Amino acid sequence: MPLFSRHLLGLQGVPREDIQLILDTAVTFREVLERPIKRVPTLQGKTIVNLFFENSTRTRISFELAQKRLSADIVNFSTSTSSTKKGETFKDTVKNIEAMKVDMIVVRHASSGVPQYLTRISNANIINAGDGAHEHPTQGLLDMYSIREKFGKIEGLKVCIVGDISHSRVALSNIFGLKTMGADVSVCGPATMIPRCIEKLGVKVVHSIDQAIEQNDVLNVLRIQLERQAGASFPSLREYHNYFGITSERLEKFNKNIVILHPGPINRGVELSSDVADGPFQIILDQVTNGVAVRMAVLYLLGTLNTRESR
Amino acid sequence: MKIVIKNITLFNPYQNLNKKADLLIIDGTITKIGSISAGESEGARVFEFDNKICTPGLFDMHVHLREPGREDEETVITGSNSAAAGGFTGIACMPNTTPAIDSAEVVNFIKQKAKLHLVDVFPVGAASCGRKGESLSPMAELFEAGVVGFSDDGSVIKSAKLLRFALEYAGMYNLPVIEHCEDESLAGGAMNEGFTSTFLGLPAMPSVAEDLIVMRDIILSEYTGSKIHIAHISTKNAVEMVRLAKQKGIKVTSEVTPHHFTLTEEALKSYDTNTKMNPPLRTKDDVEAILEGLKDGTIDIIASDHAPHSIEEKEMEFVDAPNGIVGLETELGLALSELLHKKVLSLEQIIEKMAINPRKILNLPVPQIREGELANLTFIDPDQIWTVDVKSFKSKSKNSPFDKRLLTGKALAVINKKQMYFEDKFFDI
Ligand SMILES: [Zn+2]
Repeated sequence: MPLFSRHLLGLQGVPREDIQLILDTAVTFREVLERPIKRVPTLQGKTIVNLFFENSTRTRISFELAQKRLSADIVNFSTSTSSTKKGETFKDTVKNIEAMKVDMIVVRHASSGVPQYLTRISNANIINAGDGAHEHPTQGLLDMYSIREKFGKIEGLKVCIVGDISHSRVALSNIFGLKTMGADVSVCGPATMIPRCIEKLGVKVVHSIDQAIEQNDVLNVLRIQLERQAGASFPSLREYHNYFGITSERLEKFNKNIVILHPGPINRGVELSSDVADGPFQIILDQVTNGVAVRMAVLYLLGTLNTRESR
Repeated sequence: MKIVIKNITLFNPYQNLNKKADLLIIDGTITKIGSISAGESEGARVFEFDNKICTPGLFDMHVHLREPGREDEETVITGSNSAAAGGFTGIACMPNTTPAIDSAEVVNFIKQKAKLHLVDVFPVGAASCGRKGESLSPMAELFEAGVVGFSDDGSVIKSAKLLRFALEYAGMYNLPVIEHCEDESLAGGAMNEGFTSTFLGLPAMPSVAEDLIVMRDIILSEYTGSKIHIAHISTKNAVEMVRLAKQKGIKVTSEVTPHHFTLTEEALKSYDTNTKMNPPLRTKDDVEAILEGLKDGTIDIIASDHAPHSIEEKEMEFVDAPNGIVGLETELGLALSELLHKKVLSLEQIIEKMAINPRKILNLPVPQIREGELANLTFIDPDQIWTVDVKSFKSKSKNSPFDKRLLTGKALAVINKKQMYFEDKFFDI
């Protein structure tokens, strides 16, 4: 069964069957990761470029590992260009890469819409590894995989995304994916961090972290970008931690089994207290491992699209 | 030289003129209106514009010519060519050039460049030195050099105090201050803020950033008694405030661009940077309010905000791409398609907003279609169906979201300054 699209630009509009297929395929690859020899020849002869215009060591390493495990040829291109010359560099880089006839491009960029732009000028399969505050679909998928692994299902679960929703690419991918899979999704954070009209995506907005803990099965806690403090969309890190941070005292108050996700890297003492970050409720390191498996699944499904279609 | 135009509808609401006749133009002057005999036509170049319309030359009061400074994007000449191709015989050009139009030298430089061209080019002077919003530009000197208004367009006039001074100074010459309404502390995003910006994950600016400045400007216009002109109005609130201000007798006028009455923020879903402009494309509610404002006269003028940008600059990441689109060559087509044929405005209202009102606001004479007058005319086929092709634009830049769009209505020719533009060519008449 081929995927709905030959690119993975976001989880918006991706049908349920496709998400299901990716997650199920990831289960197989998750098993591969437990073997002594963790490599399969699936993408032998395919060339993948990891085009990272924004620094993200974790995501890049995760993609790179997934690609190596599938035996693909990898080219890494990382740059954090100066903002003034950004445009020229960007266009020239893309033209150059395209001229090398690559099969897939994994792209990360600070500006929303760059993966869409690539689909217009390149014949490669495009995988979005995070664009602006838009989407980060493989993160959304690995979060769903981790939730499903923990609960055995996604449908009917109550999931709250906590933090700076306005500037998050993880939030939108989670919202689109989880809604498609039948979860009940809400967001929690200070009003200044909730983008306008988000309710129209069918999510509830709460501003009390206690309420979020009380009412949900899963909290997906976003990283507070420390540099945003200067933009003054919240008063201080200390205050944020006191009112929106997740601490063991808060969790104990409700005495319930809640699952805590975090896309990393964690700001200990800000969105999560240190004991929560290492505590029994979080599955943060599982997410990291699952991330490789989910990315393998996506690369495999897109990379073998033609062969599978012709069968 | 002698030209004859047969069987044309002469249409000028300013003169209450709407009749079919032939037109004899000798050496650029309207010599006879009526039935032109074969004898009178002898030696003349004859144009058969059967059932087409002749109006006073159209005027666009919001054009960015980029010269001096960015001649790679547009020059006075290429911008004027673009204007003629779009059916305009006059334009006002905005002062955000490099250097800004904040001295008589720059005004004279532009006027010199435009001198021999068919299209009349009227510079708008900067309201502040260098458009920096710090100190008043030499407004008396600029007036004497021939500017038709004052603006820091591209930016808002940064402080209420400076705007007050600018209004008071401009008031001495009965010229308008033309304002780009945007509260800079709220602005800075790449699109309109709302559901679509949330959906697309793009940094956004709220429509109230425009509203707040419109409110400030109306209040200061009332206080000083001077004319304020709201450029490229785009929000529902702004339209409502202008309507109320007019009812109160405040000297406020406003203009809208074709893209703001044609497109909504939905167009950004392609992440095409040709949908990025400032003010940004707004919501359906805003567009509806704009159409209402056009109908009831709250919005006096249609103007393009013609903003040429090089392909290199436009073809980049959405957030970093510059704002604005070229508009002169699609403006009339969009006005006729979206407003006339969709029965929002009558032809009379469109000609008022595209030829008469802009000149009135800028204290320029409105061309008359009358024997003895120097011909300043636009010939329009309101029913011609054509496809926009940016490659055929006379403008140096091609940044338009309307490429490949089917439009109904087009300018066939223009006449001004004893020259004619017809079928891609300029010639003396
Ligand atoms: Zn402007």
